[in-house]
This record gives sequence, C-alpha cells and structure tokens, in this order.
Amino acid sequence: MVIDFPPGLILVLGAFILPFVRGPLRSLVSVLLPALTLMAIWTSIPEGHIVTLPFLDGLQLTPVTWHPLGTEAIGPDGFAPPSATRVFGTIFALMATVGALFSLKQEDPSELPGAFVYAGSAICVTFAGDILSLFVFWELMALGSTVVVWSGKFKNTYDAGMRYVAVHLVGGVILMAGILAHAMPLIHDPSVVDPLALHHYAMGPLGFDGMALTAGSADVSGLGTWLILIGILVNAGAPPLGAWLPDAYPEASHTGTVFLSAFTTKTAVYVLLILFAGAELLIYVGCLMAIYGIVYAILENDMRRILAYSIVNQVGFMICGIGIGTQLALNGASAHAFAHIIYKALLLMSAGSVLYMTGKRKCTDLGGLYHTMPVTMWCGIIGALAISAFPFTSGFTTKSMITDAAAHEHIAMAWYVLMAASAGVFLHAGIKFPWFVFFQKDRGLRPKDPPTSMQAAMVIFAFLCVLLGVYPEPLYNILPYQVPIAEGQNLYEAMTGAPVYSVSHVVAQLQLLMFAGLAFFLLLPMLKRTLTITLDSDWIYRKFVPGLWKHIILPPLKILGLIYHGVLEDMPKWLAALVRANPDGQSFDIFRSWTQGAAMVMITLMLFVYLVYGFVQ
Amino acid sequence: MIPFNELITDNLPALVVVLPLLGGLLATLVGRFAWLWSTIITGSVFLLTYTLFTAVQAGPGMRYEFGNWPYLWGIEYRIDLLNAFILLVVSGIAFIATIYAKLSVEDEIPADRHNFFYSVWLLAITGLLGITITGDAFNVYVLLEISSLTIYALIAMGKDRDPRALTASLRYLILGSVGASFILLGIGYLLMVTGTLNMADMHAQLMAMPEATQNRTILVAFAFLLVGLSLKMALFPLHTWLPKAYTYAPSAVTAMVAATATKVGVYMAFRFLFTIFGYKFTFVDMPSYHILIICAAVGIIITGLTAIRQTNAKKLLAYSSVGQIGYIVAGFALANPQGVAGSLVHIFNHAAMKGGMFMALGAVAYRVGGTNMKDLRGLGKRMPLTAGCITAGALGLIGFPMTAGFISKWYLVQGALAGGSWLLAFTILFGSLLAVIYSWKMIEAMYFREPEGKTAEATEAPYMLVLPTMALIGLSIYFGINAEFTAGTALKAAAALLPGGVQ
Repeated sequence: MVIDFPPGLILVLGAFILPFVRGPLRSLVSVLLPALTLMAIWTSIPEGHIVTLPFLDGLQLTPVTWHPLGTEAIGPDGFAPPSATRVFGTIFALMATVGALFSLKQEDPSELPGAFVYAGSAICVTFAGDILSLFVFWELMALGSTVVVWSGKFKNTYDAGMRYVAVHLVGGVILMAGILAHAMPLIHDPSVVDPLALHHYAMGPLGFDGMALTAGSADVSGLGTWLILIGILVNAGAPPLGAWLPDAYPEASHTGTVFLSAFTTKTAVYVLLILFAGAELLIYVGCLMAIYGIVYAILENDMRRILAYSIVNQVGFMICGIGIGTQLALNGASAHAFAHIIYKALLLMSAGSVLYMTGKRKCTDLGGLYHTMPVTMWCGIIGALAISAFPFTSGFTTKSMITDAAAHEHIAMAWYVLMAASAGVFLHAGIKFPWFVFFQKDRGLRPKDPPTSMQAAMVIFAFLCVLLGVYPEPLYNILPYQVPIAEGQNLYEAMTGAPVYSVSHVVAQLQLLMFAGLAFFLLLPMLKRTLTITLDSDWIYRKFVPGLWKHIILPPLKILGLIYHGVLEDMPKWLAALVRANPDGQSFDIFRSWTQGAAMVMITLMLFVYLVYGFVQ
Repeated sequence: MIPFNELITDNLPALVVVLPLLGGLLATLVGRFAWLWSTIITGSVFLLTYTLFTAVQAGPGMRYEFGNWPYLWGIEYRIDLLNAFILLVVSGIAFIATIYAKLSVEDEIPADRHNFFYSVWLLAITGLLGITITGDAFNVYVLLEISSLTIYALIAMGKDRDPRALTASLRYLILGSVGASFILLGIGYLLMVTGTLNMADMHAQLMAMPEATQNRTILVAFAFLLVGLSLKMALFPLHTWLPKAYTYAPSAVTAMVAATATKVGVYMAFRFLFTIFGYKFTFVDMPSYHILIICAAVGIIITGLTAIRQTNAKKLLAYSSVGQIGYIVAGFALANPQGVAGSLVHIFNHAAMKGGMFMALGAVAYRVGGTNMKDLRGLGKRMPLTAGCITAGALGLIGFPMTAGFISKWYLVQGALAGGSWLLAFTILFGSLLAVIYSWKMIEAMYFREPEGKTAEATEAPYMLVLPTMALIGLSIYFGINAEFTAGTALKAAAALLPGGVQ
C-alpha cells in the first residue's frame, strides 16, 4: 500500500488515540503505532515517491519525498545532494518503538502521547521536501517535547520546562524570520520554480562560506541565512545557545529523557546535513561542542545530566562531520547519529531504570548496584562501551568515519580535537557513569532490576549496539552516499580504503581507550564528585536574566511605565482638567470622568496630528 | 400567484438588510420564541450572504438600486468580493453567536428582557450588515448609528445589571458618538466638494479634480474620517472605550461584538481609503498612512504589554483585540497586495479565534461565575473542552503553525518585508512573543494550577455553549491548515481593492 502522507503522521495522529484506551490494549497500541510507522517508512513509500500539495498563491508544499534536495547535482563541482531521509526516518521510528516499550510502565497519561507527537513530527521533518513543512513539524516537535519534559515530577521540572519552551519558541521565531527573509526574494522572482523547495535553502558548498555574509540575490538574505543557522543551532544544543539541553533533560521523567535524547538534537543534525553540508564554520562549532560536552560531563554529579552533556559532545562529532562536508564525512555523521541514538537511549534507559528503582539521581548517592541489577548493569556497560567506540560495538564502526574524513581532508585541528574528545567520552560516559552508579562504594541500595518491559527494551538496544558493531552493513547500505563496492568489501572499506577491523585501527582505538581508562583510575580521587551544581551558560537564565531583569531592565521599564501613565493617561487627564470649564470638586468620581475627558483630548490630538500632517504635505 | 422565487433572487442584496431589520422589530412580539426566531433569521441571512458570495465569486460585482431610484439619487447597494467576504464573516459569526446566546442570555439577563435583547441584537446585526453592503456614503453613517446605538444597549445589559457595564456602555456611547460625528463631518465635507454621496461617483469626482490634494476641504474631510474610523476600529490610542465595554458586556454580546463590530470598522476604512479616496490619494499624495502604521505598531506593543498585566481573562483578551486591530491596520496601511491580503485574512481569522475564545470564557462564566485568572485555575481538568478551545485560540493568537493566526502573520510579515519595513516585520514577530506571554498566563492557570473555589466543582459547560465555541475554534484551525479559501479570496479582493474606485 502506497501512502500519500508523511509516515510520521501515523504517530502524530495516533497519539490522540492513547488517552482513550486503557490497560493491555493501551500497551498494544503504544508499541504497534511506532512499529507501524517504521513499517510504513520501509514498505509504503516507494523510492522516488513524491507528494506535493498546493499552497497559497501558487506555491507548493512537498510533505513526502526521499530526496529533499532533489536529485540534480548542485554546486560547481557536481556535488550530489545528500538524502539522509531513510537513515534518519528509520532510526527515529525504531527509537519511538523501543522507547514506547520502555515506557509502558510510565503512569503519567500525557507523556507517551506527547512523545509520539514529538517523534512523529521528527519523522515528518525528515520527509519534508520544502522549507515550510519542515518548519511546521519542527515547531510541532517543540510542542510535543515540552509535554514530555513536563511529565517529569521533580521539583525543578516546571521551571526547567518553562525555560525549555521559552528557548524553543524564541528559536522558532528566529528560524521563521530567517526563512521568510530568505524566501521573500525567491517568491517574488518569477524565474524561480517552486520557491519553497528545500534545495533553494541548501547553503552548504554553494553560498555559505565560513563566516562570509553572502548568499542569495538580495542583501537581506545573507542575514536570513544566519538566522536560519542560528535557529537550527539552538535545537542542536550548540553552546552558548544550547544550555537548555542539560538544563531540561535531566528534569524529565525516567522514561521522558530517553525520548528527549533522541529527536531534537538529531533532527537539527539532519537539517544541518541537508542545508549546511560543507559550511566550514560548522567544523569549529562541532569541535567546540565536543570539548564543551566533555568538560561539563566530567564536572557533573547528576548521572542523567552527565549523559545529557555527552549528547552535546556526541552531536559535536556529527556537526563537525557535516562541516567537513565530504561524502565520507556526511555518511559518517548520519551513521553516527543512527548509532548514537541507540546507545545514548540505552544509557539513559539504564540510568532511568536506576532512577525508577531507587529514586536517586546523584552519583554521590549511588553505587554498588551491580549486586542486584545485573541486567541494567550489563546493558549500561554495553552502552558505555558503544559510546566509547570500543571495537565490536556500533560506536567503533560509525565514529571512525568522521575522524577518517577529517584525516582525509587533512584538517589536523579537527582530527586532534575529535581524538581527544573520543578519549574524553570514554572517561566520563564510558567509565564514570557505570563506575559511580553500579560499582564504587556500596551504599547499601538493593533494588531489583526493573519490570520486564523495561528490561526488554534495554536488551533490544544492547543487542543492536553489538550487532551494528560486528555486522554494520545494513546500516552502511542506507547511508546518504553509496559508492561502487568491490566484492568482499563494505561501504566503509570502499570509501576509506581500509577495512573497519584493520589491525592498526583496532589497536589504535584500544590504546586510546586504555590510556584514558588508566587516567581515570589514577585521577579517581579528584573525580569523586561532591554535591555541586555546575553552572553552565544556563546561569544566563538562572542568575543572569533574573538579575538583568531586576537591576537593568525593570528600572527603565518602570520609568517607561511612569512615562506611559504620565504622557498617555495623566497628561491628557491633566490637560482635560485644565480645559474643564467648571469642575465641581464635590461628588464626582474623579477617575471615570477624567479618563473620559482624557479620551476626548486624545481624539482632538489625533485630529490635530492628521490636520497638521495633511497641511504640511 | 406572485413569483416568489424571482422576488427573492432579484432582491437578494436588499433582503440581507431587510430580513434582520423586520426580524428584529418582530422579535418583541414572538413571546418566548425570541431565541428561536433570531436563530432562524440569522441562519437565513447567513444563507443569503452565502448565495451572494458565490454569485460574486463566480461573476462580476452586483449592483442593486433601492426602490429603482437611479443610483446617483437613491441608495445603491454594491457587492464585490471584498464586502461579500465581510458579509459572510459577519453573518456567519452572528449566526453562531445567536445559537450560543440562548443559555448565556438565560443565565445573565432577566427573563422579562429577553425579547428586547433579541430585538436589539438583530438590529445590531442589521446595522453591521448594512454598513458592509451599501455603496452610499451617507447610508454608511445611518447604519453605523443603528449598529452603534444597539451595541451600546447590548453592552449595558451586562450580567446582573452590573453598574460597571452601564458605565462602560456610557463611555463607549460618548466616544462612539464623537467618532460617528467625525465620520459624518468627513462625509459632509466630501459631499460639499463632490456633490454626490455614491461612493463610486465620489471617487470619480475626486479623480476628476486636478488639484485634489491642494483642496483644504478634502484634507479636512480626510483627517476627520481617519480619526473617526480609528476610533470605531479601536485603533490605539483611541481604543480606550473597548476594554471595559468588552469586559463587562454579556458573554454572547462580547463574542459577537468583538468578532464583528471593529472588523466592520476596518471595512469602512477600506472603503473610504481605497474605494473613495483611492490608492493614489491616500498612499502617494497624502502619506498620512504613516500615522496609521505608527499607531498600529505602537499599539501592538503597548496593548500586548498591557494585556500581560491583566488579571481578568476577558479584559486580557480585550487588550489583545486592540493589538490584533493593530496587525490588521498595519497590513492594509502598507498598501501592497500581501499586506492588504494579510489584513483581510486576519479579519476573518481573528474573528473566528477571538469570537471562539470569548465564547469559551462565557462558558467559564456560566459554570464558575467569573472570568478572573483565579477562576481559570485547574480548568483543564474540570472543563477540558472549554480549556482546549481557549488553548487552541491562544495558539492562533501567537501565530503557531497550523492555526489561522500563522496564515495571517505569514502574509503580514511578507507585506512588511515587501514594503521594505524590517522594523514593522520585527514588531509583528515581537507582538507574537508578547502573545506567547499573555496566552501562557491563561494556559498556566488552566493546566498547572489546582482548581479552587467554584472551579473545583465545575463540570463541562452544556453543549449549547461548547459546540458553537468549538465550531469557531475549529474553523480557525481548519483555515490554518487549508487556507485556500480565505487566503485566495483575500488576495483576489486585495487585487481588486488596490487600484481604487469600484471595479
């Protein structure tokens, strides 16, 4: 069956069934809906299928396409446009399925519908072939994810959710402004066919060159490009725009964070990959994110905030790959996003299970759980190995594509930063998380492993982490760029010239990991966390903005308020009092009669203004 | 036998006004069937305007000479796409609001006054429809007085004879009368200069005058008209009558008046600025539309800030309405196709959203007894449908994608950018941010606070209140997703309007 709507809509609309079903039926629907979406992505949309809709004034929307940028080569060097729809759509739907399985025991009735709207619209973004559908679903994601954040039950959840939604709404306005500024000249240029089509907004190798403010025809569209980039980077979690991420994610429920970790940042990665591939600036942004995430993750005490910072770090790898912009790098960024969603969700499921069974979230309160939570521990360790790119895990077969791409392009700075960041990842996510939570000092906690459905979800993802590590070909086969492959090779070997599991590659990686591990245990006394709140740039809204509001913005506002009352209300009142012939000061309601007079004065004033203006002309 | 069918089709334009006029007068005589009577009348008027609209959409405009007097002497009704669209909006809202009025009126107005209420209600609708359909400038004034006087009376009937409703009404009466007399003066001066009252003829005479912009009489007429119209539209800073009038009027009246009265004011501005004075005079020779844009932009920001400070949800929405008028005025004052189309689309979209939201607040008042923020607390659990309608409407005010508000802002921002006004585009987007804040106050109260007082025992409002509310909010969502009809009509109407005169 061929469907003519974006497959993500199955999830978005299906979310509204959930409130009406109960018990086992609800569980069934919860898992079937995302599974159905996944099936629809693979079976119901034939290759090359395009759905268009007419929009206002002869424009058109393209809600479903496999090739968001079309199939014609762009740029002077015949750069083929990337199509990452299949790889991102697949992993989003897969994530929604396993995430739903993990959250069957979640009692909050609004979280799963919110997560479905969120995941469904993320899938719709990957199928959008025009900028407006993309934006619409982008905003819908913000709405769904806010519901997910708010279903957490911690004491800071509400405030963190407020900050979360505020940042995303502002980001949305910035993105919209950028899109409009960029779209206007296109819409008014009669020679442009289908001005909303995404390929008009792809600024990678064509127009967006490093820091240059030049793109498109009109002067303003350079600004538009910047606004679009900033709007996307807000969602990608790039510092300093991304402080909402470690602020809000740990405040969601034990299941909510699993969903949150997957979609917002990776959708931003997808959109950057489509629109800004090869923009040199992104290499620096990516490197900054990789380092930033590590520094804060090492300093952090809350186990899920550690993992939230490591999202920033991992997304940094992907964005760096997008900045490099070669076919290998873009393949690497997509593959890494795919693998990352799985192992990061696995880590957060493991942390979520610990939180669910113990109610504790700080490293300093946890430890010694290996006694009674073996399944959770093993799954956590597999996730930790995968994120550290240990051989025979998914991280190993995907992350190295990006570092290799940096090496191929001789971008030494990026290569060093990424290698150092790989070691750092092992330090904080690979060892620190499992060590402090499951081993280290036994604090006498004896919780059981979580319920079966949660265990099942973890085992599925743990299995996938290993499967993609030993047999990555299915993933390689859906990456954006396919090159001719010789017999017995796979895509990795065809593009880099060396197999994934070459001796030097494995040895180099093990060396890196061993020295990082050695460093961890040598530095252990210094790394033991005490109770701290790490002040990230989210201090901007925790401390700086309230301070700014109280001391800097409010005083002039008060003065403005005085002026407003003075000029617009009191002065006309005063004027009215002056022109009143005979005010009887005895028994009338001052406010009422005077404001009436004030309005009259205002009318006269406006008439005066119009007359003067008219006569001066 | 009288050829009844032909009688109706031949006199369709007249019936749009005559039917509610006679219906209104007869409403005093139908006893306790006044509501049913009004519903039938407004329903038939809606069907009539729909027929008119389809006729105008398909073919050229329609002309109807009252009593077969030649149009230069008598009164002529002229229907083009613009006023057919506004007529459709006004009569549609009037119909839905009349259905809604039943329970709300029973709740808020003493039983012995119901007949008078519906009588005045229908006359107000008559006035609004009449202003929109007529092609005669003086007729505009007469019908404006009919609609204004009746609306003053409707507002004064506020819940339980609230004295604040009386004073709000008095305040509106005084300012409204000043505004109307300014309009009358403006029309009078124009009559002096052109010797005609027919709009199309006025335009022709003005065009024929070689030195129209040097003519002091015309300039004075222009100034008087702009001030009078600004007051009727409630354009900042002449909006001061509006917030209290909307806050203390009966729920059904607020919903109907908020959705239609100021919009008809905007329609009058369209007619005077574009049809009578024409594009060249208003926007090229006499650029005092700058003042309109400044008033609109300042109004968007200041009323947004004021709305944030309100503790009564009805007053909050009333201030937001003034801000929305700012968007509408800014749109047409830009005088480019996207801006005017945005303005027109927003007339419809805002009517649907704000009408629906005021109805939802009426339902809250019906169950809880008030519309203060603390009455809204915990409403998400107690009255989920009503709270959902308020939320959906609020998303529309913000301009969230897939709501009608987004379509409006899409065109308005395009218009602003096409007019080269980055500052205005920014103001429009900044206004959306203010809307986020004041909408959030309501959403927070409804979903994140525990119900207290009477809200804690409230149940969902009766369907007679909820269904009309959902109908309007549903329309605002539908036309946010599929804007083909509204935006298409608006663009066509804007294209016809911009050259000036009557096409």
